[in-house]
Amino acid sequence: MSAQSYGLIATFETAAGLYQAAQQVRDAGYKHWDCITPFPVHGLDKAMGVKRSIVPRFSLAGGITGFITGMSLIWWTGAVDYPLIVGGKPYFSPMFAFPVAYELTILFTAFATIGGMFFLNGLPKHYHAVLKHDQILRGMDDQFFIVIESRDPRFNATNTRALLEKAGGTDIKELEA
Amino acid sequence: MAHSDSAHSAPAILQEVKPGVLPRATLVENNRSFAWITEKICSIIEGKTPTWWWVCFILACFVASFTVAGITYLVATGVGVWGHANPVNWAWDIVNFVFWIGIGHAGTLISAILCLLRQKWRTSINRAAEAMTIFAVVCAAIFPVFHVGRVWYAWYLFPIPNSNVIWQNFRSPLEWDVFAVSTYGTVSVLFWYVGLIPDLAVLRDRFYAAGNKLRSFLYGLFALGWRGSNRHWSNYEMAYLILAGVSTPLVLSVHTIVSFDFAVSLLPGWHTTIFPPYFVAGAIFSGFGMVLTLMLPLRAIYKLEDLITQYHIDCMCKITLATGTIVGYAYAMEFFIAWYGANPYEGFAFINRAFGHYAWAYWIMIACNVITPQFFWFKKVRQNTAFVWILSIFVNVGMWFERFVIIVTSLARDFLPSSWGYYSPSIVEIFTFFGTFGVFSVLFLLFIRFLPIMPMAELKAVTPQADVHAGHDKH
Repeated sequence: MSAQSYGLIATFETAAGLYQAAQQVRDAGYKHWDCITPFPVHGLDKAMGVKRSIVPRFSLAGGITGFITGMSLIWWTGAVDYPLIVGGKPYFSPMFAFPVAYELTILFTAFATIGGMFFLNGLPKHYHAVLKHDQILRGMDDQFFIVIESRDPRFNATNTRALLEKAGGTDIKELEA
Repeated sequence: MAHSDSAHSAPAILQEVKPGVLPRATLVENNRSFAWITEKICSIIEGKTPTWWWVCFILACFVASFTVAGITYLVATGVGVWGHANPVNWAWDIVNFVFWIGIGHAGTLISAILCLLRQKWRTSINRAAEAMTIFAVVCAAIFPVFHVGRVWYAWYLFPIPNSNVIWQNFRSPLEWDVFAVSTYGTVSVLFWYVGLIPDLAVLRDRFYAAGNKLRSFLYGLFALGWRGSNRHWSNYEMAYLILAGVSTPLVLSVHTIVSFDFAVSLLPGWHTTIFPPYFVAGAIFSGFGMVLTLMLPLRAIYKLEDLITQYHIDCMCKITLATGTIVGYAYAMEFFIAWYGANPYEGFAFINRAFGHYAWAYWIMIACNVITPQFFWFKKVRQNTAFVWILSIFVNVGMWFERFVIIVTSLARDFLPSSWGYYSPSIVEIFTFFGTFGVFSVLFLLFIRFLPIMPMAELKAVTPQADVHAGHDKH
């Protein structure tokens, strides 16, 4: 073996097959493994034991920041930095500041959500072992893969391969790191 | 016991509830495989550029040049080249702005609100509808930006103090509008792009396999290393849901704030509280008109009948009918309130709309917006694609006239008869507006040539073979 091993990859032809296999890999106690699917398979998170995404925390933080930014921008510019009477209206009121604060809440939430999603996913990423798999094209199209990484404490070239075979995986290959 | 009688011995209460199986509308017809979907969508991009595309593209560029010419002349001369004059200082520019922004709203409605309502039929049309939103916002932005006169100062719309260190007037709905529209444009682009990432990854790998390194690199650059990992999908789906969640109040707020531009003023015909919901319904109505106008030819050209089914067309027609009827109700209610409010100026404004100098515009509006959608009650009409397409054009025309009626009639006949006027557009305005259809078409043609027009991943997820439980609901 010339290059370092990233792990084993097994192919599944159907979403249902992948779903069953994912449950078996999860029950075998693996932690560093993944499913590669061309679309989000409904219920697979549970089958893999993936916890609910924490993206909403980023969104909430973004939304609060946006609202405060909008309100304080209008308060500071209108009531502190250069108070100017326009149409007899108050220097600052949360009423007329609301539309802008509302829009900025949404804007900041959107950026925080997307930023948080990329951060949690470790994207953008220039290189990943899975993308070197010669069948990855099918993984983006109509096939499903399970990848078990060799850094997983339970990883053992023979046993892991046996598990993937038993779970119904075909074309089991080793991935270069 | 007492319940059983001789003729019928079954118990009055069933042992177990057996709900009838309601057939679900098929979203992808003819039981297509995953690979078929990928091939169908990608082949549009990978194939040779069709001749019709070049013809349309050149034509669209020619039309777009009218906007370029109109704007160049305006910048070189001054904003006076438009037909605006007291008392009508808002006219085609704002009409066109509201018209284009409104068109965008259907895209966001399809991608966000229908996503939250779990209307799975949205999947085949949402990508193109979102693209339509973005391009419509681009066209909309042209008008207010150039209406400021000295366009090279347009960046003062954003909170930057001017040379006297005075800040923007945040008490004005126009400043709210700057935030609403720029947020709308930005979030629409983000939402669209997030949806595109998995599909760009497909194209990256397909072009790589086909040996086209340059295009593989370009698609790969924007795919950001997406690899279809389910741990990523988990965060991705959550992010997508949240984006849908924030886009829903966003789309409702944008046209609400656009309507504040009018409703917060004191002008008869503008100063009404019905404006926000009425504008939002009108925006969705016009947007669905445009979605039909764009999607029906696209469906025919690329033979997408299995993906945009009759069911999809039915749904779109019904939304057009519903929102068109809401708009019709709003027209009637405006009249009622004008009478009931007993304000003579308000009453006059509405009588004048229907029977004054601009009555022709008013009745075009009524005919296109209130009568046209009523055809969609009939299944025969909804199944006649060519007829639906023609009706959708009427919807587009009608909604442009709605904004014209609201804006111009109110300004032309305000409080004092001594300041009344009549507005006609100048040729420069006509050119600029006509050209925006070219700008829109150029952008849309580039989109259908270089990007997947339907979200492949989402389409695959709504096919029967994507269901790992094979119809059973055991999680």
